[in-house]
Amino acid sequence: MKVGIPSEIFPNELRVAATPKTVKRLQKQGFEVYIQHNAGLKANFSDKDFEEAGAKIVATAADIYGKSDIVLKVKEPAMEEVDMMKEGLVMLSYLWPAQNQPLLQKLADKKVNAIAMDAIPRISRAQKMDVLSSMANIAGYRSVIEGSFYFGRFLNGQITAAGKVEPAKVLVIGAGVAGLAAIGAANSLGAIVRAFDTRKEVAEQIESMGAQFLTVEINEDGATASGYSKEMSKAFIEAEMKLFLEQAKEVDIVITTAQIPGRPAPKLWMDYHVAAMKPGSVIVDLAASTGGNCDLTRNGEVYTTDNGVTMVGKLNQLPTQASQLYGNNLCHLLDDMGKAEKWKIDMEDAVVSRAMVTYNGKINWPPAPLPVSPTKTKAAEVVVEDPKIVSERKNKKEAKSMVIKLGVIGALLLAMGQFAPGEFMQHFTVFVLAVFIGWQVIWNVSHSLHTPLMAITNAISGIIIVGGLLQTKADLSSSLVMTVLASVAILVASINIVGGFVVTHRMLKMFKK
Amino acid sequence: MIFIEKEIQTAAYLFASILFILSLGGLSSQESAKRGVFYGIVGMAIAVLATVLGKGVEGHVYIIGAISVAAIIGTLLARKVEMTSMPQLVAILHSFVGLAAVLVGFGSYLDPATHTLSGTEHTIHLVEVFIGVFIGAITFTGSIVAWGKLEGKIMSKPLLYPGRHAVNILMLLASIVLGVLFAGAEGLDGMMYLYIMTAIAGFIGVMLVMAIGGADMPVVVSMLNSYSGWAASAAGFMLGNDLLIVTGALVGSSGAILSIIMCEAMNRSFFSVILGGFGTVKSSGEATAIEGEVTALNHEEVADLLKEARSVVIVPGYGMAVAKAQYPIYEMVKILQKAGKKVRFAIHPVAGRLPGHMNVLLAEANVPYDIVLEMDEINEDLPETDVVMVIGANDVVNPGAQDDPSSPIYGMPVIEAWKAEKVIIMKRSMSVGYAGVENPLFYKPNAEMLYGDAKDSVEKILGFLKA
Repeated sequence: MKVGIPSEIFPNELRVAATPKTVKRLQKQGFEVYIQHNAGLKANFSDKDFEEAGAKIVATAADIYGKSDIVLKVKEPAMEEVDMMKEGLVMLSYLWPAQNQPLLQKLADKKVNAIAMDAIPRISRAQKMDVLSSMANIAGYRSVIEGSFYFGRFLNGQITAAGKVEPAKVLVIGAGVAGLAAIGAANSLGAIVRAFDTRKEVAEQIESMGAQFLTVEINEDGATASGYSKEMSKAFIEAEMKLFLEQAKEVDIVITTAQIPGRPAPKLWMDYHVAAMKPGSVIVDLAASTGGNCDLTRNGEVYTTDNGVTMVGKLNQLPTQASQLYGNNLCHLLDDMGKAEKWKIDMEDAVVSRAMVTYNGKINWPPAPLPVSPTKTKAAEVVVEDPKIVSERKNKKEAKSMVIKLGVIGALLLAMGQFAPGEFMQHFTVFVLAVFIGWQVIWNVSHSLHTPLMAITNAISGIIIVGGLLQTKADLSSSLVMTVLASVAILVASINIVGGFVVTHRMLKMFKK
Repeated sequence: MIFIEKEIQTAAYLFASILFILSLGGLSSQESAKRGVFYGIVGMAIAVLATVLGKGVEGHVYIIGAISVAAIIGTLLARKVEMTSMPQLVAILHSFVGLAAVLVGFGSYLDPATHTLSGTEHTIHLVEVFIGVFIGAITFTGSIVAWGKLEGKIMSKPLLYPGRHAVNILMLLASIVLGVLFAGAEGLDGMMYLYIMTAIAGFIGVMLVMAIGGADMPVVVSMLNSYSGWAASAAGFMLGNDLLIVTGALVGSSGAILSIIMCEAMNRSFFSVILGGFGTVKSSGEATAIEGEVTALNHEEVADLLKEARSVVIVPGYGMAVAKAQYPIYEMVKILQKAGKKVRFAIHPVAGRLPGHMNVLLAEANVPYDIVLEMDEINEDLPETDVVMVIGANDVVNPGAQDDPSSPIYGMPVIEAWKAEKVIIMKRSMSVGYAGVENPLFYKPNAEMLYGDAKDSVEKILGFLKA
C-alpha cells in the first residue's frame, strides 16, 4: 500500500505529517512511502533525510493525491487540494468537522474517507493517537518559554552577590494537557506556579506537577463526561472573576489554556484584569486561535497594552518536534488499523468510527457521545474512628490475649516440671533460650544473604555428627549394627559440614561491592 | 590417647555454641559474612574435637574413615554445584541431616546404655528417640522429594487427592498410638513399632512435599531447613547433649523465619504451609476485566529508550537465571553506568527458588551488591525512575495484587514497576506466571513488551547500545 505525504500549502503551517523517523516506522508497518518535494523543509527535514530513511520523493501534490492509498496531512485540506484526491482515498489530517461543514460535504462527494485527527475520542486506548494532547503538550511548554522571553526578569529566585532576586509568579488557567505541561515547565524553571481549573478532580494532578491549586469557595464541579469542562453557573463565574482580580495584582505571567471543542474560547481574563496587572507582566493566550481567553488578545500578534502588559497571541509551533509527535500519532493510528498487511477500516471500532468523519460518500458527524473514563464507583462509606481510641482498644486486646497466652504457657511448663526429670528440664531450658537467641539473631540477617544463610545452617546442622561420634564402638562383635548406623550418620553429617561451609564460602566470595 | 574431662568438654561445647551464634550473626552484612563462616568452621572443629577426645568414644578408625570420605564428597559437591542448582544442594543436605537424625535415633535405641535407665527417665528417653526419628524421617523423605522436584525428576505439579487431610491426620494418630506402644515396650521389643513409625513418617514427608506446586518450592525448602534444625535438636535431647540442642534450635528458628518471610512475600499463611498442600488458590469472584492493549517494541527501540533514560531499574526473575542472562545484563549495566545513568536491581523476596537466591545469582555475575536492592528499598524510588526492565519475572510486578481484590494474589507485596515512566517486559510469550494469573501490567499504556529469550534479547540490545 502507498502512503503519501504532501507539502502543507497553508503559509503559517510549518509542520509536516511525517519525519524521517516515522517514515522508517511506516515502512516497518509495510507501507511504501511517497513524499512531496520539499515537504519537510519548514520543519527542518530535507529531501535527502527522507530519501535516506527510505521514502521516494514525488514532484507534485497531484501525484501524491492521485496515486496514494493513504494520505497523511497536518492542516485540513483546501478545496483545491480535495479536487486532486482520488476516490476511495483515506486521508488523515486535522479537519475540525464541527466548523468545516462544506469541506466535509466536498470530501464526502469525492468519496474520500477522511479521518479527523482532532476527532479521535479521548479514551485511554486512543491516548497514543491523540494529536490534540500531543500538540497541547508542546503549546504548554512553549507558552512558558515565550512568556519568559517577553518577561524581563528571571523566573527562579536567586540570592547573588549583587542582591536577592524574587522568583516570578506564574498563573496557569485550565489544567488540561497544555496547562499541566505549562505548570511543569514553569516549575522546572523555578517559578512559583499557581493553577486554576473548574474541575476539582485535577487538583491532585496540579499539585503533583508542583503548582498550588487555586479554587473558589463554591461547590460546583466543572467535569463532564467528555473530559472537557462545562460552562459554570453565574455565581461561580463571579467568584472566579474576583479570584482572578486578586491574582492579577500579584502574578507576573498568566497562561490561559481554556478551550471548548467546536465553540469560541470562554472569556476568562477581562480588560479590568489586564488593567490590574503590573507593568512588564505577560499574558500568553493559548486559545488565541479560537477567540482567546483574554478580552484583549489579538490572534497571531504580540503587542504591549497601554499599562505595559505584553499580550502574546501567537506561539512558535516548534515544527520539528511537533511533526515528530504528530507523525507518531499517525503511525499509532495506522498501527491500530491493521498496518499494511491487515489494513481494514473497521467502522465497529470505537476510535475509527468516531474519527472517520466521511465514509463511502456519507458524512459521519457528529458521532454518538462516548463517556471518557468508566464512571467511578463511590467508595463505600467508611466510619472514621479516632485512631487513638482504636489503637488503645487494640492495645488492650493485645495485652489481654498476651496474658492468656502466657498463662497457658506457664501452666504447661508447670505441668511439665511436675513429671519430667530434672535433667530433661535443664535441657529444655537450654532449648527454649536457644530458640529465642536464634530468633533474634536471624531477623538481623540481611535479606540478600538468605541463600548463604541456608547453606551455613546446612553446615552447622551437621553438628548431628556428635550423635554418631558418641555411638561408634570399637568392639564390632557386640554392636555391629549400631556402629554401622553411626558411621553412616557421621558420613552424611560430615558431607553437610564440609559441603555447607565450602559452598557458603564460595558464595560469599562472589559478593563484591 | 589423651582424654579430656567432661567439664572441659562442656566448656568447649559452650564455646562452640557461642561461635555458631556469632557465625549466624555475621550474616547481618556482607562485610562481616566471611568472618561468620570462619567462626562456624572453628566452632565445628572445636565441637568435633571435644567430642572425639571425650571419654568413652571408641572406634576412631571408623570415625576418621567416614569423615575423610565425607570431606572429599562434600568438597566436590560444593565446588561443582551451579549457582542455579543451589536449591537442590540445600535440599539434599537437609535430607542428610534428616537421615543422620534417624540413624542416631536407631543407634540410641540399640545402645545398651539406654536400657539401663528406668522409670520416667527411660520413658522420656524413648519418647525423645521416637520424636527424633519421626522428625528426621519426615525431613529425610520430604527433602528428597523436594530435591527431585527442583531437579525436575519429579513432576512439579502438586499431587492432590481428595481426603488427603484425613489421611494425614490418620497417619499422625497412628504414629501417636505407635509411640505409646513403643514407650511402654521393654528392652528392644519396641523395634517393630519404631520401624513402622519410620515408614509412616517417611510417607508423610513424601506426601507433604508432593502436594506442593513448583512456585511454592522456596517456602518448602525453608520449611525443611527448619525441620532439619528441629531434627538435630531432638537428637540433642535424645543424647542429653546441649550443643546439639542449641545448634538445632538456631537452625530451626532460622528456617522458620525464612519460611515466614517467604509466606508473607507470597501472601500465604504460615499455618497452611506447615500443614502442606497450600499450593492451590481458588480465585474468588469475577476477575476484573483488563482494559487496554499490549504493545511491543523491538530491540533497537528498547536500546534507544535506555540511551535516553537517566535512571534504570532492572527487576530480574528466575527466568533470567534460567536463560543465564545475568552476564550480558551486567555488561549492559556497565555500559549504562559509564554513560552516567543510575542503574539498580530490584529483588522481590520470592525471586528465584530460594530466599536470597537472586542475590547470589547476580553476585556470581559480578554485579556489585550495593546496586542490588530489596523490594521495600526500591519501591519508593520507582515513580522517579525512567525505565524499569522486567526480565523473566511476572507475578512479582502484577498490579492486580494491589488493586484487584478478585485476584488470587491480591494482597501480595509487589514491586510497583508500573509507577515508572516506562516499563519494558522481556518475556518469551504472553503466557501467565507461576500463579496462573493474568498480568494487567502488560496492558498499561506505559508498558511495552519485548518478546524473546532473555539472554538473546539482552545481547541484541547490547549490540545497539555499543553501536
